Amino acid sequence: MEIYILLGFVLILSIYLGLELISKVPSTLHTPLMSGANAISGIALVGALVLSQDTELQTILAFLAVFFASINVFGGYLVTNRMLKMFKKK
Amino acid sequence: MIFSIDISALQNITYIFSSILFITGIKMLGKESTAVKGNLLSAIAMFVAVGVTCIGIINPLILFAGVLMGAIVGSLIALKVKMTSIPEMVALFNGFGGLATFLIAWSEFNNQPESIFQSSLVMITLAIGGITFTGSLVAYGKLSERLKIAKTSIITKIFTTIFYISISFLLYSIFITPFLVPSFEFFIVLLVLVLLGGIGFVLPIGGGDMPVVISLLNSFSGIAAAFAGLILLNNVLIVAGSLVGASGLILTIIMAKAMNRSINNILFVGYASSKSKSHIEEQGEVNPISVSDAYLILENASSVLIVPGYGMAVAQAQHSVRELGELLEENGTDVKYGIHPVAGRMPGHMNVLLAEANVSYDILAEPEDVNPSMDAVDVALVIGANDVVNPSATEEPGSPIYGMPIIEVHNAKTVFVLKRSMSSGFAGVQNPLFFKTNTRMLFGDAKESISGLVSEFKD
Repeated sequence: MEIYILLGFVLILSIYLGLELISKVPSTLHTPLMSGANAISGIALVGALVLSQDTELQTILAFLAVFFASINVFGGYLVTNRMLKMFKKK
Repeated sequence: MIFSIDISALQNITYIFSSILFITGIKMLGKESTAVKGNLLSAIAMFVAVGVTCIGIINPLILFAGVLMGAIVGSLIALKVKMTSIPEMVALFNGFGGLATFLIAWSEFNNQPESIFQSSLVMITLAIGGITFTGSLVAYGKLSERLKIAKTSIITKIFTTIFYISISFLLYSIFITPFLVPSFEFFIVLLVLVLLGGIGFVLPIGGGDMPVVISLLNSFSGIAAAFAGLILLNNVLIVAGSLVGASGLILTIIMAKAMNRSINNILFVGYASSKSKSHIEEQGEVNPISVSDAYLILENASSVLIVPGYGMAVAQAQHSVRELGELLEENGTDVKYGIHPVAGRMPGHMNVLLAEANVSYDILAEPEDVNPSMDAVDVALVIGANDVVNPSATEEPGSPIYGMPIIEVHNAKTVFVLKRSMSSGFAGVQNPLFFKTNTRMLFGDAKESISGLVSEFKD
């Protein structure tokens, strides 16, 4: 149980940190921020890679989780980069 | 044994490093000058975290195949997609992230959670991930206009009901776990319910409210990843997931504020039922104007404010708009763009479209920057925007949109409204702007009208 309290502590602090970090974002960057954050949520890939594979079902689940998280990661970062490159100042 | 402990220590130390990179990256993503680097930094963070996780992986071949296939599919979509379809693309990627956490939770349930707390965590993760997945798919369908189901149709009502049932069932299952370990059948019921419930969560929400829903789903996918981190006792998942959750939440709040509505009202009530006022039927006459007359006025204007809306996105008029803006500038006119935060179908939709058309971002202004000097604007050019320029929001206390911050184009000397027809906007509210004496309506397709103006300028 103790580990959950520790991890819960990390969770709360990170959310607070996130709220503080991005509370003032110009509207020009709303879409790239959303898309960039979306790419970060592909961190689920790390979770998917360490899943146990004791049964056949679990192997299939792990494979699918890795596959979809990878789409999220690669697609998300590339599309954000493409978008940000378009924002130009004269 | 000692060796395996070393690997786990190495991984955890690397995760700390990667978390710092994520934090710095997302901070830099919030400023125009550093945004590109910020995104790159967060990509490096991801690479580092994934790389170190790959050490000591079970059954690497099949998983690497998964990464490779995902990388190919994701990259292809990201590089091929047109910038105008960005909203639905973001929704789709978001859905895949949700699906991944959903699958993680499913797999962990098969691991037979050791404690009751853990099995509750598994169920919560499954629910958030599942709702994010199907909810994002519905959002994708709505944004790409492939899915057209009316808000009031029976299908929508059935799915909305299932959404409420799935939430009740989730709460029930969390409270029941302290007494008995949920059976496999019980779990499968939850699994199916949350997937259907996610559809019901987004289905009743209309197009103009999409910016809020997308931000919220974005937040959900982060929270789901953070919860998956709790199940797997993985720090970097918790930190990165929480950052995403927080950024999505901030965007959601910004969007809701820009509409002057509570998140609750947007998600569960909608405009239709908040309407209680009597309609003011007779508003007077509208004054149409032709392209050549509009040109004459524009040519003599010394300052022009362009206010784009969803209609510009639909007509794909952003390139013509940029051309017109440049011609006006060459003519000595001061050109600015007034961008409302909820114009379009996702947060910052107009900014992306205009950036794609090469409009410099320093002439894109927010409502509070343009409103105070509106009297000095000679021509306000409203292109396919409606609710965000509706003066009822400031003048008519009974209106459903009363109190919403708008771009006050009605205070400009002349207003040109480019519109297909006299239909009302998403909120279903009549717009008195069209009947004002300083308003001229330029009916027709926005792209054709703008191109017409452009060719008048060139002649």
